[in-house]
Amino acid sequence: MTSARPLGPSRAIPTALSVAAVLLVSACATTTLVPPAPGLVSIESAAAPSPDPRVGLKAGLHDAGEAAWNLRLVSNTPSPKDFAGVTNSDLAFTGNYVIQGNYNGFMVWDMTNAARPSLKKSFLCPASQSDVSIYKNLLFVSAEGMSGRLDCGTQGVRDTVSHERVRGIRIFDATDIANPKYITNVQTCRGSHTHTVVSDPKDPENVYIYVSGSAGVRSPSELPGCSALAPDQDANSALFRIEVIKVPLKDPARAAIVSSPRIFNDLTAPPRHAEPMDSAQMARAAARAAANPAGAGPPRRAGGPTQCHDITVYPAIGLAGGACGGYGLLLDISNVANPVRIGAVADSNFSFWHSATFSNDGSKILFTDEWGGGSAPRCRSTDKMEWGANALFTLVDRKMTFKSYYKMPAPQTSFENCVAHNGSLIPIPGREVMVQGWYQGGISIFDWTDITKPTEIAYHDRGPVDGTKLVSGGSWSVYWYNGYIVSSEIARGLDIFELRPSAYLTQNEIDAAKSVRFEQLNAQEQPKLVWPATFALARAYMDQLERGKGQDGEKLAAARLDLLAAERLSGSARSTALTQLANRLHAEARTAKDAPKAHLMASAVGDLAK
Amino acid sequence: MTPSRPTPAAPSGAVRRLALGLVLSLGLGLTANACARPAATAETRARPIGIPSLPHTAADVHFMSGMIHHHAQAVLIARWAPTHGASAELQRLAERIVVGQNDEIALMQNWLRDRGEPVPDGTPGPMKMKMDGMEHEMLMPGMLTADQLAQLDRARGAEFDRLFLRFMIQHHEGAITMVNELFGSPGAGQDEVVFRFASDVYADQTTEIDRMEKMLAARSQDA
Repeated sequence: MTSARPLGPSRAIPTALSVAAVLLVSACATTTLVPPAPGLVSIESAAAPSPDPRVGLKAGLHDAGEAAWNLRLVSNTPSPKDFAGVTNSDLAFTGNYVIQGNYNGFMVWDMTNAARPSLKKSFLCPASQSDVSIYKNLLFVSAEGMSGRLDCGTQGVRDTVSHERVRGIRIFDATDIANPKYITNVQTCRGSHTHTVVSDPKDPENVYIYVSGSAGVRSPSELPGCSALAPDQDANSALFRIEVIKVPLKDPARAAIVSSPRIFNDLTAPPRHAEPMDSAQMARAAARAAANPAGAGPPRRAGGPTQCHDITVYPAIGLAGGACGGYGLLLDISNVANPVRIGAVADSNFSFWHSATFSNDGSKILFTDEWGGGSAPRCRSTDKMEWGANALFTLVDRKMTFKSYYKMPAPQTSFENCVAHNGSLIPIPGREVMVQGWYQGGISIFDWTDITKPTEIAYHDRGPVDGTKLVSGGSWSVYWYNGYIVSSEIARGLDIFELRPSAYLTQNEIDAAKSVRFEQLNAQEQPKLVWPATFALARAYMDQLERGKGQDGEKLAAARLDLLAAERLSGSARSTALTQLANRLHAEARTAKDAPKAHLMASAVGDLAK
Repeated sequence: MTPSRPTPAAPSGAVRRLALGLVLSLGLGLTANACARPAATAETRARPIGIPSLPHTAADVHFMSGMIHHHAQAVLIARWAPTHGASAELQRLAERIVVGQNDEIALMQNWLRDRGEPVPDGTPGPMKMKMDGMEHEMLMPGMLTADQLAQLDRARGAEFDRLFLRFMIQHHEGAITMVNELFGSPGAGQDEVVFRFASDVYADQTTEIDRMEKMLAARSQDA
């Protein structure tokens, strides 16, 4: 009987398991207990190895100590000569290629062979931070720093006012990915720290770019029209707004700013998650303001954030999450060129809101706090777990409600810059699982399906770049792309990882995640995840029902065996068997403890019959 | 604003090297002697052989040194919060300032050390500057005067909260001034670390000023 345990890695199911054996087990499944699979335990009881092997790792640039749990480093590829030692930044994906930004330009890697990515192109064109995105054949690169040049030169720009400087968005034609051509650039008053590509389903002729710039405003002598005055002194102020660039796909050289939405207007006192003391004080202030609306007087100045750091759009639900100064904003982007703020949150434990990620169903949103800008060691044992962390909110009827914090839990040294940074969802069906870079805190994968109890289920970490002082390094961005987890390591190049099955993530769940394929990916334009019908998908739901005790163990065991039996059939016999099984599973689902998921499993089986 | 459309073709390597050499020879008068750098720190080891980092300027050094003194004073007064009867909310803000700015002091000291520049020890007093061979003492923008320090040190409870917020807003606004002065100096902020750090100071402290304005407004209404 135990040999029939159809659990864990699907490929581990003995192929010798004969149909006869299956039938035998099936026949007695109603009377014989199929033992529950060992190893599947609830996510909330997930326990990382103890003591944490991430503590005390040896320092080194290319020979640091490493610790990994449920994650395997497939390859590490150092940056080429002209980029080595210079900060690697964000990632974008197209086909089998990953584009890696670097303060000296960008690199195109062919990751067809993940064990040996090959450099297709290194394009020398310095600018910080070289945040990269790709849309069809167009490649966009952010330029913010003082030293970026229009001619891509490496000599910097010494003059404080110069017509050689570029701060804004560079646009390349990447039709030939091995030889991108610089088409044009769109200059903006504050440069582009990050940007977000937004496709408009109603406007296939154009693509839009939301530009977030957090550095100072340029002189009007350098870029006419730029004003650093407050909006009440100059309606044209470059503060308190974002820029929207429209790029005509047929003629990208005509890309230009089409709007500068003032998404911060009247943002004075958003709901604020706070300690009791703050709340009491705020309540008193609110009561007084209500009693005497004129008494408060005008604010000393226009308050609130003057810019966003990053915006994640989720076109499928028409919303965006803006991480803007001291606030997390919810934007309605149904009119892409004119996003409108519909909600805002603040948090007394948050310093600087950095980025956002939605759950796939749009019912939750996660914001990160990049306290210290990524240059500081914010994960020491003395640093609070709610500082420099993620804040998780439910999103119901377009209202955000704070639920919990998540921070990579392993204490790091004072020589490791570490704070919440970029990541993406891993397409595990039926769960919210995210992979996130924490600079030299490494990579942390956590489950936030239960939003009140985010739990780490996998990680990778290296020792500090230097064991005597803080030298910047670590994972700037890490994203799931077509089966791999790809990380831009600031100092060490390109890392590619693979998930390893565990009690918290089975091979079936991983295989289902791998079935989701993208042609391109910019993580800040969050794609709606849709799972094709696969046996792995049905089994992933079975594993989850078993793990969460959402359905009777015997029923699940029988379902597994019958699914296996049906898989071995072909043609109409297979369809019939799958349809019958799906019908039975739907019937059984009605009394299941986790009825919605049991129905999902049944539907996944039914879809296989189509 | 208006997109500019230059010819964005990358210059050849030879042209780049030539231009870089030119900038280097012009810039050397201001920068630290390269020979004075400590030998083979991890950062210099990690540097590419291909493209040298852009030279830093006297304005960068002035900013990084001055900001150490500036930050040190913020840490000094933020440490008073627990002993001066500050509210829990203010103590949390103050604790974040202590942790944040102490780490930034270490970052600035590292940067100066790596470039062979004198490293201030992080005491909160005025910065000593040599001008025309004479030593001057200079309070960085926004720093509290001796009188303001004494006034804050005498305050307790709600009065401490209010004064602290007023003075720390003044202090942070001074940091913003320093960032603006930095980027107003020719050749400044070309160094990747300086640009990133100064931009972070600008973004973080602007955000914190907004937070403190709201806290101050709530307390003014309390009074």
